[in-house]
Amino acid sequence: MAEYNSLQRSQSISKPPTAGDMLANRAFRVLTLVFTWSIVLLLAYILYKIGGRAIPAVKEYGLGMLVGTTWDVNARTFGILPEIWGTLYSSLLALILGGFFGVSIAIFLTQNFLPRILETILRSIIELLAAIPSVVYGLWGIFVLIPIIRPVADFFNTHFSWIPFFSTSLSGPGMFPAALVLSIMILPTVAAISQDAFRAIPHKITEAAYGMGTTRWEAILRVMLPTAAGGIFGALVLGLGRALGETMALAMLVGNSNQISLSVFAPANTLAALLALNFPEAGDTEISVLMFAACVLLLITLLVNMLGALIINKTGIKR
Amino acid sequence: MEATATETTAETSIEAVAQATATGTADLDPEAITLDCQAEKIFYGDFLAVRDSHVPIARNQITGFIGPSGCGKSTVLKSINRMNDLIPGFRFMGKVYFHGMDIYDKKVDPVAVRRNIGMVFQQPNPFSMSIYENVAFGLRLNRFKGNMDEKVEKALRGAALWDEVKDKLKNNGLSLSGGQQQRLCIARAIATEPRVLLMDEPCSALDPIATRQIEELMVQLKERFTVAIVTHNMQQAMRVADQTAFFAVDISRGGRTGYLVEMGATKELFANPQEQLTKDYLHGEFS
Ligand SMILES: Nc1ncnc2c1ncn2[C@@H]1O[C@H](COP(=O)(O)OP(=O)(O)OP(=O)(O)O)[C@@H](O)[C@H]1O
Ligand SMILES: [Mg+2]
Repeated sequence: MAEYNSLQRSQSISKPPTAGDMLANRAFRVLTLVFTWSIVLLLAYILYKIGGRAIPAVKEYGLGMLVGTTWDVNARTFGILPEIWGTLYSSLLALILGGFFGVSIAIFLTQNFLPRILETILRSIIELLAAIPSVVYGLWGIFVLIPIIRPVADFFNTHFSWIPFFSTSLSGPGMFPAALVLSIMILPTVAAISQDAFRAIPHKITEAAYGMGTTRWEAILRVMLPTAAGGIFGALVLGLGRALGETMALAMLVGNSNQISLSVFAPANTLAALLALNFPEAGDTEISVLMFAACVLLLITLLVNMLGALIINKTGIKR
Repeated sequence: MEATATETTAETSIEAVAQATATGTADLDPEAITLDCQAEKIFYGDFLAVRDSHVPIARNQITGFIGPSGCGKSTVLKSINRMNDLIPGFRFMGKVYFHGMDIYDKKVDPVAVRRNIGMVFQQPNPFSMSIYENVAFGLRLNRFKGNMDEKVEKALRGAALWDEVKDKLKNNGLSLSGGQQQRLCIARAIATEPRVLLMDEPCSALDPIATRQIEELMVQLKERFTVAIVTHNMQQAMRVADQTAFFAVDISRGGRTGYLVEMGATKELFANPQEQLTKDYLHGEFS
C-alpha cells in the first residue's frame, strides 16, 4: 500500500487510472458480454421454436422423411431425400466452379499481375456481385443464362450421354444453370477471403520464394498457395455455407422436381427452395414437415462448418 | 556513434571512391573474383540510394559489408542476385559480372541468376511446410533427380542443424526456434549448391550462441561457396570476413546516398583504415 501511494505521488506524468476510467472499463466489458450472450440466446431461441414446430411431424412420420423420395400433400407422404441430395449436389457443383474461379481471381488480383489501380477497380467490381439481389440472379438465369447454355448442354447430351453427368437433356431450369448461378453468387465471398489470405502472406515469404529462384508461377503454386491454404479453405467453407442456404435464385432455376439424378441437366430441388415454395399454401401438418426440413438444412450447414473447423485443426493449416 | 561521422562532402567522397576502387581490386587476384559488382547508380523511384560502388567479391572468401544504417548495404547485396527487381521503381545502373557475364544484361533471366546466387535474409523466413520440404524445395525446383534424402541430410549437416532435427523432419519448419529457422534457411539455400551465397544480417535475430554457430558455419561454407555478408557487428566482420567493404552515407547533394568508402582485406581495413570516415566509424564502434 505504501508503495502504491508513493507511486501516486511521484512527479511523473503517468498516473494510475482514475475511478471513472475503471468504471468505464467495467461498463464496457459488461456491455460486450451482454451483446455476445444475447446472440447466443437468440440462436438458441430460433432453434427451440423451429424444433418445437417440427416435433409433430417427427412424431407422425418419423425419420423416414429423411429417406422418402415422394412429396405428395394429398396422399400425406413427405420425403425430403431428393431435396437433401439436390442441396448437396448443387452446392458442391457451385463450390467446385466458384472455388476454382474465386481462387484464380484472388491470385490474379494479388500477385502483381496488374497495376495497382486496375487491381482495386476489379476488386470492387467483383465485390459488387455480392450486392446483386438473389431474385435478379434468378431472372438473369432464366432469361439469359439458360438460353445461352442450352446448345452447349445439347452438345454434351448428344455426344457424351454415356457419362452419367450428361445423361439427360436440358429442358429449361435444372441443376446446371442453378449451380452455375450459385457459383457466381458465392464467387465474391470466395474471392474476397482468398485475397485476404494471399495478402496476409508476409513479404519475407515472397522474398524467400523468389530468392530461391522461382518463376512467378512456381512461387504461386509451390509457396503462395500452400501458405494461404488455411485462409483459402476457410473461404471455401464459407462459400459452401452460403450455397447451401441460398434460396430465391435456386427456387427459380433448379426446376423444383423431386428426383435424384446424377445428370447435371436434369431438374432437381433443394431444401431452401422447397421451403420457400411450399410455405405460402401449407396446412398445419405440412408446416410441421417444412419445419423439420428447415432443421435438416440447419444441421447440414452446421455440420459443414464444424467439419471445416475440424479439418483446419487437424491438418494444422495456418491462417 | 555520431551520425555526422559518416557523412561527408562531395569532394572527399569522390576521392574516397576512387581510392577504394583502387585498393579494393589491387589486393585481389582478378582471376579469383567470382562476382564483380560495379554499381554506378541504384535508384528506388527518383531516390538515388547508392552510387559509385565497386565491390569485387572473391571466390571462396567471405566478403563483409559494413556501414551505418541506411547506407545501402542491403541495396547493393540484393542487387547482386537481382532480388530488388521485385521492388517497383527499382533501377540499377552499372554492371555485375558473374563469371564474366553481366547479370543485368537484357538476355539474362533473373530467375537463373537467383538459382546460382542464393540468399539468406535478415529475418528467418522458412516456408510453412515440413523441415524436409523446406530443404528439398530448391532441389525439386531444379528438377533434381538423384537421391533427395541424401541431399537434404547433407544440406542440414552443412547448416549444423541435422542433429537437432533428424527425428522430426516432418514437422513444420515454423515450429523451430528462431536460430534453428535461420539455419534451416541456410540449409535451404545451400541444398542446391549455388556458387555464391549472399547473407543480409543473418544473425541479427539470433542470440550469441546461435550467432557463433552460424559464424562457424560460414567459415566452413566458404570452402565450397563464395559468401558475401552484411553485418552491423564489427566483431563479427573481424571474425569471419576475409575482405571488408565499408559503406557510408553522403548527404551533400540533398539526398541520402550511400556509397563505398573503402574496401580491403579485413585485417588491413580494421588495423589501418585509409579514410578518415572509416577511422571515425571504427573508432565510434570500438570506443
Ligand atoms: N524498397 C525501398 N523503396 C524505397 N527506398 C528504399 C527501399 N529499400 C531501401 N530504401 C532506401 O535505400 C536506402 C538504403 O537502404 P538499405 O536497406 O540498402 O540500407 P542498409 O545499409 O541495408 O541499412 P540497414 O543497416 O539499416 O539494414 C535507405 O535510404 C532506404 O530508405
Ligand atoms: Mg539492410
